[in-house]
Amino acid sequence: MSLAAASADTGDTAWLLAATALVLLMTPGLALFYGGMVRTKSVLNMLMMSFVSIALVTVVWLAAGFSLTFGEDAAGGLIGGLEHIGMSGLGPDSVQGTVPTLLFATFQLTFAIITAALVSGAVADRAKFGAWLVFVPVWALLVYVPVAHWVWGPGGWILEKLGALDFAGGLPVEIVSGASGLALCLVLGPRMGFKKDSMRPHNLPMVMLGAGLLWFGWFGFNAGSALGANGLAAAAFLNTLAAGCTGLLGWLFVEQKRDGHPTTLGAASGAVAGLVAITPSCGSVSLLGALVVGLTAGAVCSYAVSWKFKLNYDDSLDVVGVHLVGGVIGTLLIGVFAARSMTGGAEGLLYGGGLGQLGKQLLAVVVVAVYAFAVTYGIGKLIDVTMGFRASEEQEQTGLDLTVHAETAYDHGVLGHGAPVSSSVVPHAQKVTPQA
Amino acid sequence: MKLITAIVKPYRLDEVKNALQELGVHGLTVSEASGYGRQRGHTEVYRGAEYQVDLVPKVRIEVVVEDADAEAVIDAVVSAAHTGKIGDGKVWALPVDTVVRVRTGERGPDAL
Repeated sequence: MSLAAASADTGDTAWLLAATALVLLMTPGLALFYGGMVRTKSVLNMLMMSFVSIALVTVVWLAAGFSLTFGEDAAGGLIGGLEHIGMSGLGPDSVQGTVPTLLFATFQLTFAIITAALVSGAVADRAKFGAWLVFVPVWALLVYVPVAHWVWGPGGWILEKLGALDFAGGLPVEIVSGASGLALCLVLGPRMGFKKDSMRPHNLPMVMLGAGLLWFGWFGFNAGSALGANGLAAAAFLNTLAAGCTGLLGWLFVEQKRDGHPTTLGAASGAVAGLVAITPSCGSVSLLGALVVGLTAGAVCSYAVSWKFKLNYDDSLDVVGVHLVGGVIGTLLIGVFAARSMTGGAEGLLYGGGLGQLGKQLLAVVVVAVYAFAVTYGIGKLIDVTMGFRASEEQEQTGLDLTVHAETAYDHGVLGHGAPVSSSVVPHAQKVTPQA
Repeated sequence: MKLITAIVKPYRLDEVKNALQELGVHGLTVSEASGYGRQRGHTEVYRGAEYQVDLVPKVRIEVVVEDADAEAVIDAVVSAAHTGKIGDGKVWALPVDTVVRVRTGERGPDAL
């Protein structure tokens, strides 16, 4: 990492400042996207799992995560060094590429945050909140940080040594969150009533709002990953829009044919699936490639979300079906649609590059997915046997909002459904025992 | 006196209310209800997963009237709620022993 080797470019810095704020907004957006999909009794808990991820990941990132990800390689492309522990040695004059290092570190932090928040969708409605608070920092350091170093760190084995491509995080964000979500939902087991009770999304307008915020923030995520205000950022921006659109259309097309109705949840999910798939590929595929990547992800993910019912894993909000599957599609299709005009070198199958790039992409996908699944499963199990990862049956039945947070999201009807009826006459400081 | 309870389609509520006002019924209670009869439920699809929704939303209208008015009120509710399709609902009447107006303590028909 070059410290104060050059001065930062003002244009690049301005764009990356804005992009960083855009990416941070994606996590509250995700909270709404997820929150709308759960039942009324646990929506606040769902929102909280995302919001605390912002706080927890920020602390561990500044403490050690940034250094271990972007410090000089310390072990054969596997992990970074400790020279920037606690952000030491970095100040306003430090420069990374053409932007201040502190900005680069913050931009990368927002990626780590949303990846942790994404995992929460797999364990909706049933995770012990205290366990989640322990899981997130440990997981960020043991799963996200190593994979991000492999992909983007100096000397990382995936990009620099293997030569696989991942522009904005198909591997460390999408595949890691999906594989981790699968592992964690297997540790916790299915929600009570899975496949028996109706678990309809309680607020689809909230889901649509969240999807809109995610899409908006995704421009910072993908175009910001150019790390500069330039033509590559513009191309990634356009590819991001294109793939989101074809993802939406692909999912709705399948729904119309298969189920007979185009749904709002399908539109939101399809756009997100297209955006997931274009994340790794937005900086390497042609516009035609982006359109195909989005369409493929939208159509395939609309089937992938029902695998859980056949295979009996309760990935409640489809982190596997959308993020793992979409991430794999996008990362692999780089091997087909990579264009020299975008990559400056590597070419995919369609443009005469042969199977070589596809093979590299496949190897990276398999290793990252297996690593994230295995380590997350280990962390989850360890937490489960020591402090318990699953909320009590009573908490789950009553809803985590009331039993864990002593709040309810909505005031239904004249008696304040779900909240203690007499709460208005309880003296402020007196402890209220939630009704079971 | 009679308690007349009607379970009707939510969108017919205004019609029923207007019909009762024209008859001079001074007050009624409306609550949201759900249930099923011959209409049964419907199917919803979320991310390809089908959910059978058994209980259909309805409104329950309750009104207490004098015995002499009961038939006219029932007829008015039925004709206002009628669409001819499955799921139009039910109306029934029960005898009422006592009614008290809380504010004044009046009892019986005077309290209506």
